[in-house]
Amino acid sequence: MSGVAQKDGVRTTGIPSKEELEASPGYPNREALERGPIVVIECVQDIPCNPCEMACPKGAITVGNPITQVPVFYAEKCDGCGSCIPICPGQAIFRVDITYAEDKATVSFPYEFLPMPKKGDLVQGVNRAGEGVCEAEVLRVQRPEKFNHTAVITVTVPKDLAMEVRSIKRLKR
Amino acid sequence: MGKSEIYVVGGGAAGMAAAIEAARAGARVTVIDENEQPGGQLFKQIHKFFGSGVHRAGTRGVQIGRDLLKEAEEAGVKTRLNTVAYGIYPGKRLGLICGDHTEELASPVIILATGASENALAFPGWTLPGVMGAGATQTLININRVLPGRRALMVGAGNVGLIVTYQLLQAGADVAAIVEGLPYISGYGVHASKVRRAGVPILTSHTVLRAEGDETVERAVIAQMDEKWQPVADTEEVLEVDTICLAVGLSPLAELAWMAGCRFSYLPALGGWVPVHDENMESNLQGIYVAGDLAGIEEASTAMEEGRLAGLSAAEALGYLSAEVAEARKIEVRERLAALRIGSFGDGRAIAKRELLRARCKK
Amino acid sequence: MRIEDHPILGKTERRKRITLKVDGEAVPALEGEAIAAALIASGRRVFRYTAKRRGPRGVFCALGRCTDCMMIVNGQPNVRTCVTPARDGMVIQTQVGRRGGEATHDLETESS
Repeated sequence: MSGVAQKDGVRTTGIPSKEELEASPGYPNREALERGPIVVIECVQDIPCNPCEMACPKGAITVGNPITQVPVFYAEKCDGCGSCIPICPGQAIFRVDITYAEDKATVSFPYEFLPMPKKGDLVQGVNRAGEGVCEAEVLRVQRPEKFNHTAVITVTVPKDLAMEVRSIKRLKR
Repeated sequence: MGKSEIYVVGGGAAGMAAAIEAARAGARVTVIDENEQPGGQLFKQIHKFFGSGVHRAGTRGVQIGRDLLKEAEEAGVKTRLNTVAYGIYPGKRLGLICGDHTEELASPVIILATGASENALAFPGWTLPGVMGAGATQTLININRVLPGRRALMVGAGNVGLIVTYQLLQAGADVAAIVEGLPYISGYGVHASKVRRAGVPILTSHTVLRAEGDETVERAVIAQMDEKWQPVADTEEVLEVDTICLAVGLSPLAELAWMAGCRFSYLPALGGWVPVHDENMESNLQGIYVAGDLAGIEEASTAMEEGRLAGLSAAEALGYLSAEVAEARKIEVRERLAALRIGSFGDGRAIAKRELLRARCKK
Repeated sequence: MRIEDHPILGKTERRKRITLKVDGEAVPALEGEAIAAALIASGRRVFRYTAKRRGPRGVFCALGRCTDCMMIVNGQPNVRTCVTPARDGMVIQTQVGRRGGEATHDLETESS
């Protein structure tokens, strides 16, 4: 990945563009998404970093040497366990399940704010620009000690927003 | 127990790593630090570090700080805290002051690991309480556990600006926006993405024009800039903020190196005036080493590796390590350093560091 | 405002509560914390005024280098409150100007 600023790409807006994401070897294609819960890696720059490679018990992520290479995701090996999600220092890994229900999908994302939502809470799903785009129901909040203070939250969202919702609006203290 | 033969000035990431390495080799080491506790900037870094497993990737800076302190204690490193090294004099004499007590001491080896200071950005109203360095904000929220204000404007979208913005949100404050003078974000895209999805706009080619308020910051006026970095007419916007954080770069804290007579090179990619050093982190003056941000603004990981290199080299110079053993270990450290200076975020620093080495070798 | 609970740092560690006297008013603090932290937690952000123009100054660098945070502590002026630990009963005054002689918390004598 070169350092040349792509117009409207992550280097100018802070948000990876659709083109950058789809061109990234960390992004699953439509087929993979339709098989069940699958991880989505949104890391598109040559940052020296590789904990995701070590985190995956199925070997579905490789970074290799030099560690500035973007993660390559082998979707066929991924079972959606999500072990990689809390590990990524850049919080750039998510899990999506578009097969969850007829009209709903689930999105899992890393979260490090207080107050933590609880299972059953109705919250606002936000897109990569922080804009509220839908109501979301909290299915699960995982925050075991081994996650080192990073929670992984799973919410249900309208199916057509599964590749848009990447977090929730922070709750009031 | 004899007098220390290596004095490390600065107990941050680089200084502690240097002390640990030298002490493990058998040298008598004392770390001097002006604070109550060593650790430098590490205890403010509550985020998970990048890099590889060997660089403690995924570990939070605070934990790395704790580990370093423990390792230093176990290695028998002595510390003199609340002590300022106010000068270096001929003969490698350090001037120290602690409370009311001053003393001068000579040391065969001095490792300078004095870190960096934040750059300032002056604009009308910048002296109002509420305008502060981004590092100062980090100290207040992560060390002192107090909020400097309720709503902030961040100036600068390098890694410091992006990370401190995120940490302000974690601390319970709001951030109205990040303004960045460059037409792009120089920090990691993933750091930027985190704050964008938290709702913080990042305005490139923007600057802060002035801070307004009666006795403290009450508003900030920002504007867009053209390619010549001049404000564009009719783009002024008023933000209701009570805090303005300046994340506009760091410069090496090099007064002691200047005093000692070290040669410097001007390298923008490393923060400006940087003391030259060789592959052993030794300056152009025998027995004076430099490491960490003092030797060029980079990261905690490079600071620790440079510290290790300086510590190993100093121990070797004093005879505690044979040339073979020292070289083998130094090669490992240099390989790890090289791995941290690649890619679009590292190339520039690699080039600048090679320039520093070249400048050191010039007659 | 104090950050009592933090997603990464957890709850603030328990420390002895003490009281400072700031410009005549009682201000709560925690034993050993930086004086500046206690003042900011209580909502105070103006720590001193400059000699010539009586410009307000507060915390800028927070690590003892810039001198913006200096106040008179127990009668001694030019104390860097961001690196000085708070002790019970400390008497703290807003400093006006530079040296002890000009140091006064009486602000009505000047209006900018």
